[in-house]
Amino acid sequence: MDLSKIKDLKDLEALLDLMGRYGLAEVELEGDGQRVRLRKTEAPVARPEALGLYPLAAAPAQVAGEQVVDASGSPPAQAPSNLEEVTSPLVGTFYRASSPEAEPFVKAGDSVGAEDVLCIIEAMKVMNEVPAVLAGIVREILVKNGESVEFGQPLFRIEVE
Amino acid sequence: MKKFSRILIANRGEIALRILRAAKELDIETVAVYSKADQDSLHLEYADETICIGPGPSLQSYLDVPKIISAAEITDVDAIHPGYGFLAENAHFAEVCKSCHIEFIGPSVEAIRLLGDKGKARELARKVGIPCVPGSQGVLQSEKEATDLARELGYPVLIKAVAGGGGRGMRIAHNDVSLASGYMQARVEAETSFNNPDVYLEKLIEKPRHVEIQILADQKGDVVHLGERDCSLQRRHQKMIEESPSPGLPTETRDAMGEAAKKIARAAGYSNAGTVEFLLDRGGKFYFIEVNTRIQVEHPVTEMVTGIDLIKEQIRIASGEPLGYKQADIQMRGAAIECRINAEDPSQKFKPSPGLVTRFQAPGGFGVRVESHLYAGYTVPPYYDSMIGKLIVHQRTREEAIAVMRRALDELRIEGIATNIQLAKDIFRHFHFVRGKVNTGFIEEYFMG
Repeated sequence: MDLSKIKDLKDLEALLDLMGRYGLAEVELEGDGQRVRLRKTEAPVARPEALGLYPLAAAPAQVAGEQVVDASGSPPAQAPSNLEEVTSPLVGTFYRASSPEAEPFVKAGDSVGAEDVLCIIEAMKVMNEVPAVLAGIVREILVKNGESVEFGQPLFRIEVE
Repeated sequence: MKKFSRILIANRGEIALRILRAAKELDIETVAVYSKADQDSLHLEYADETICIGPGPSLQSYLDVPKIISAAEITDVDAIHPGYGFLAENAHFAEVCKSCHIEFIGPSVEAIRLLGDKGKARELARKVGIPCVPGSQGVLQSEKEATDLARELGYPVLIKAVAGGGGRGMRIAHNDVSLASGYMQARVEAETSFNNPDVYLEKLIEKPRHVEIQILADQKGDVVHLGERDCSLQRRHQKMIEESPSPGLPTETRDAMGEAAKKIARAAGYSNAGTVEFLLDRGGKFYFIEVNTRIQVEHPVTEMVTGIDLIKEQIRIASGEPLGYKQADIQMRGAAIECRINAEDPSQKFKPSPGLVTRFQAPGGFGVRVESHLYAGYTVPPYYDSMIGKLIVHQRTREEAIAVMRRALDELRIEGIATNIQLAKDIFRHFHFVRGKVNTGFIEEYFMG
């Protein structure tokens, strides 16, 4: 397939159509200094990065945590380009465990489901449990135990399926 | 008495900037809370700390008590200034501040609660012998009572929600029929808007002037008044232009209103800044309407004529300082006029006009004051009040103030959004306004607002 001919959405739609017809979850094509990867995700919100062109001589991706494609042309190492941020829904103090003696709710590398509690944010003496909302693997914990957080502040990075 | 080292500004826009400036001048650190929609707000750049408290909608940010208190706790502030609107007259919020050992910069919880009930405030005014607009003794108990009273007072009458105020929750009735339906509707609306269906009745004063008195009281109980502001230029009960002194107001009337304002403040155990509102009828008689237990939008007008920084006084008083001056020390000089600048489109029935401000040129000059958070490149968010700034002028005479205001309005450039600037210019050239002969129906009558 001449990838340099994939110039617009119509061509991508043709590929997507193909995927649908054959029940494919992921298609990756490589050649002519170009690489195309299409992945069907079950995530409720459509992510623009899930549908993208990764030209090998690319400018660095701006999305935090996204793997920058190697400009030398060699295929990139298997790195997560699907990191989602869990942000704080509240203003308060961040705690990794339900009490000072308890184990943290999650550690890096843990697998979590949408309902799993990631942390507690204490606001006005009320301990609010923060659910993951996403399913995946906890990759980064961005806040220290006991730190103050504001609304919208990134707390965790989770690699989604 | 404890001097504050850090205060939280629980507001946004121009008043947040105003409070921040006063705090800085008093060497007090500032914590600014903001919603996501306000993340490019000007005052954030100047604050010592900023905390995002929620998404754009007010209910999830500026009106969210736990979020604000939580922000106050993690930044360890001594006090919160609520500004105006939002939680400024929310007794529950003031109470939570108190229980969290955070000073609420304003009157006591009890005073807010008492005067926030417009029916109780009227009762109190009556009790201390202040003339009130003729009306019901307290809350109307039935439609029959309303009708009987309306006939006694003479139509037209005004049905008002006790939990309303600021021009909200009012209905006019011109006859028995409209009173019956108006009474019911007013109760339903009051329940929906204020969680309190109670209403009271007032005779409608035709073409009144709205004149209010600014008061300041310290925590020891000493009260002074800082003169009046004439806020008759209103559109749909929202003030647009305010001035001090009230044109043609006799000195005796001013003094009597000032004394009446102080009386009710003392009776309510009031402290900090407040405004006592009156209506003046065509004969020049004044009647008490309500008390606003907060700093008001138009406070700069009083600041210009008295030379007193009201926000700083609020902070000082809240930290326990005495007033330090008496009524005889208050001097009024010259004439000041304020014009509110709103992001609204008069040609589209004053529909709010949020969006990107591509140009903002503030006027300057002798006696010109601009209170605004606007800057070129700022996007006015859609979630909040449409007021984007205030233009205030102060001169020796009203005539000179009007001339300066005209020039300042001409110099003011705001592009990218619709504003009421042209309407303002028209008003400042209207001969009724220039003669000082306006009443609250002026804009509607002459500009079909």
